[in-house]
Amino acid sequence: MRVFESICYSAAALFRRSQSSAELEEELRSHIQHRADDLERCGLPREEADRCARIEFGGYVKFNEQGHEAMRGHFLEHLAQDVHYGLRVLRKSPSFTAVAVATLALGIGANAVVFSVVNALILRPLNVPQAQSLYMIERSQGNQDASPMQSYPDYKALRDRNRSFDGLMAYSISTAGLDTGGNPAPVWLFEASGNYFDVLGIEPYLGRFFHSSDEHGPNSAPYIVLSYGYWKSHFKSDPGAVGRMVQLNKHPYTVLGVAPDGFRGTELYYTPNFWVPMVDEGQVEGSSDLEDRGARSIWLAGHLKHGVTLAQAVDDLNSISADLARSHPKEDEKASFSLTRPGLVGNMLGRPVRAFVTGLMLLAGLILLAACANLGSLFAARASDRSREIALRLALGSSRKRILRQLLTEAWMVSMAGGAAGLLGGMVLLRWLSAWQPLSDIPINLPVNPDAKVYVVAVLLALASGLLFGIVPVRQVLRADPYQIVKTGSTGAAGRRFTARDLLLVMQVAVCAVLVTSSLVAVRGMVRALHSNFGFQPQNAMLVTTDLDMAGYSGERMPAMQRRMIDAMEAIPGVTAVGLVDRLPLNMEWNDTSVFKDSTADLNSSNEAAEANLQNISPGYLHAAGTTLLAGRAFTWQDDGKAPRVALVNREFARQVMDAQGGSGEGAIGHYFKMADGTRIQVVGLVEDGKYKTITEEPEPALFLPILQSPSSATRLVVRSNRDPQQLAGVMRSELRNLDAALPFQIKTWNRQLDSALFASRVATVSLGVLGGLGAMLAGTGIFGMASYSVSKRLRELGIRIALGAQRKEVLRTALGRASILLISGSAAGLLLGIAATRVLSFIVYQATPRDPLVLAGVVMAMLLLGLMATWIPAQRALSADPLILLREE
Amino acid sequence: MTDQAQLLPGTLDLLILKAVSLGPLHGYGVLLRIGQISGSALLIEQGALYPALFRLVRQGLLQSNWGTSENNRRAKFYELTDLGHKRFSEETEGWNRLTAAMATALSAQPEEV
Repeated sequence: MRVFESICYSAAALFRRSQSSAELEEELRSHIQHRADDLERCGLPREEADRCARIEFGGYVKFNEQGHEAMRGHFLEHLAQDVHYGLRVLRKSPSFTAVAVATLALGIGANAVVFSVVNALILRPLNVPQAQSLYMIERSQGNQDASPMQSYPDYKALRDRNRSFDGLMAYSISTAGLDTGGNPAPVWLFEASGNYFDVLGIEPYLGRFFHSSDEHGPNSAPYIVLSYGYWKSHFKSDPGAVGRMVQLNKHPYTVLGVAPDGFRGTELYYTPNFWVPMVDEGQVEGSSDLEDRGARSIWLAGHLKHGVTLAQAVDDLNSISADLARSHPKEDEKASFSLTRPGLVGNMLGRPVRAFVTGLMLLAGLILLAACANLGSLFAARASDRSREIALRLALGSSRKRILRQLLTEAWMVSMAGGAAGLLGGMVLLRWLSAWQPLSDIPINLPVNPDAKVYVVAVLLALASGLLFGIVPVRQVLRADPYQIVKTGSTGAAGRRFTARDLLLVMQVAVCAVLVTSSLVAVRGMVRALHSNFGFQPQNAMLVTTDLDMAGYSGERMPAMQRRMIDAMEAIPGVTAVGLVDRLPLNMEWNDTSVFKDSTADLNSSNEAAEANLQNISPGYLHAAGTTLLAGRAFTWQDDGKAPRVALVNREFARQVMDAQGGSGEGAIGHYFKMADGTRIQVVGLVEDGKYKTITEEPEPALFLPILQSPSSATRLVVRSNRDPQQLAGVMRSELRNLDAALPFQIKTWNRQLDSALFASRVATVSLGVLGGLGAMLAGTGIFGMASYSVSKRLRELGIRIALGAQRKEVLRTALGRASILLISGSAAGLLLGIAATRVLSFIVYQATPRDPLVLAGVVMAMLLLGLMATWIPAQRALSADPLILLREE
Repeated sequence: MTDQAQLLPGTLDLLILKAVSLGPLHGYGVLLRIGQISGSALLIEQGALYPALFRLVRQGLLQSNWGTSENNRRAKFYELTDLGHKRFSEETEGWNRLTAAMATALSAQPEEV
């Protein structure tokens, strides 16, 4: 593009000015000397020759100045003129300017926000030194998906035998009870291997960190390292906190140090309260899997050595894995390792999150594109309205380049203003988002503060979109024939042919229809998910969440205390049922266990019948949770350690494990299955299927064991009652305090607790809903702009038609026919595209299917409504066209 | 000075292109060459040459390089670019058409009308 080149050249010339100035001087001087040489040759003495040459040259200063101007092409003067003129033009039509700036502010703001999230989740590495060489190890076995979960014995083997990493550290997220002096409270922490901070290369803010040398076997390192935030909020930034004794699950621990501000550990979404050595797992969690090679619950990460490639590292790890499989064939089958970016639990969270934010970025890009198309057609319409002015300027000798540059300057002024407004709004939203704690009881949040990258992207987007919509009227101006325009007064007949502007509008409507479709699909999926059968009734149920090992219970005292808690809750007036479970469904705390058919003799994990979701429950749980017992019996308090082992299973379990194919699975009752340790368990009851891990999961096999046969310190009490939750919680709290004042616990309604399970879907739905709303708004303004423009263009013609006796219907068809055709074709294209796009959504949104008559009808209705609203005002204007006034005007 | 024609607007650029098309020249050389090929019939104010030269450089028709002149002085030499060659032949053709038309028009006799 010539205009662009000349702008670049001028800009470059501007910076070169001082240099070119010296060159210019030298060149002119050289000219004068050459002339003097000639004169000298003709016989003049040198001095005289010099003088004559200077006189002949003419006004030296004037030509010097003109030379400069010729070189830099009046860039600055023209820019100033264009800006000045642009301001005047834009001020003259404030509503146009406001609409344009607002449209862009929405488009660019949405992009800046989404890009910040992409930046925080994908582009920005963890806040540790040399983050680019830090990798997480994932393990995959057979044809299972790769999982970041590893066992501690495997970790020790990998750590000690690998030759590819500069140290390998392990960590996991855990919760415990912390008492800093008469205030036991649940806290969230990282269990970390002793070399954690050394591998990451983090220096303490205060005190010191723990090291490998502090570890001497289980529970040997009673130290905690506080996070900066927790030290600030719970220790009031007291430097004396270092060295203090605190009670962790009733065990004495020493505060070793404080981590630096800005270091939040190695998961992006999680803010730990503190770090504790992993060797203390027995005290932190109440039980320890550190010796269990098959218990995979920790994550490994480390820095690749300099010069080691990913493939070499993977080979190295795989050869260790082959060794392990030989020496421990039972627990460690042949597995292959892979490396992935840390921060989002490897690919477990990483993959869906990346897919979702990429999709979001695409949608945001589409929004901006729609906004540009919108503004492009508005600018083109304005350019044709200003065709007389442009024609006059052309006729008076202005160059087309100059006029185009002026139009582009105007577009850029609008886009910069819109970009600034969008970025400001986006920053407010981002600040709020960064401070947002979506789940009240888990310290999960995402710092999405914008950084330099975000600002650069916003400015680039503003510039690019300005160019994009500013360039739309270019062809129009280039083709303009000043003679014709000045003569006829306008660009002439609005041809029947569909123009590029119409195409833009169709594109824009299509994009918006895609957005509306996907947001409706998401909203509908959400509604369906909320009303699907969870396998329990969260309404009218309160939850008490605690862990008995936080107060030092173990062995025989544990079930006794649980029984006392259940009894105390049942004694509260108005409580209809009380149950206890160790892991709540849909609470991100599931536990899968291998189960085998009774006929299986070799209990190798490759022979397992299913990975069943295991929940240990009290006799009253089914009733309290509202889970339907389909057949057989529920548990009783007689199902204890002395009684034969029994289990309840769900229908999916019966189908997969008990071979109860036909019917509803009643056939499973009375039959046996085996656990991994060979225990035979009899199925005594069948319950309905439910949701256990996520609301979008396929039916999963579930297994329930009686709490007295399979004890667990994790304690969640489900208390069913019709009483007011607030009041009931108060009574429950005082009852529990009476039982043990040192036991930390939380009480909330089950619905509230479910927020965490629905969190991902909710975020997805809200963001898609917002984008859909934006898309709908843009489609609306686009159609409105087009319709009102075409009406105002043809007002005179309409007036004449009315004067000649045209019916309302005909007038409307003339005025808005084209807008309607464009709207309908755009919506149809968008709907088809949207149906294709929602395949992507099905990863996140429950049963996202666009082939849902309600969604299809919804999209059609929404687009129709939009079209109606957007054309209403122009239609009114067309109908009220008064031929007399119009004719008199011309 | 009456024997020297005033330049029509726009003809200076064409003259410069012509002069430079015969071989690379420095500014003063351009002036001499124009005088030479026009038989000293066309007068150019010396300083006015330079804004025109710079404008042609900016339009991409000429390119310039520092070198040493026949007088053994440092001077900036100009030569045509590819675009300059193209523009020069276009402009020449246009000029020839114009002068031919003007000549035909001015030589019209009463009986031809």
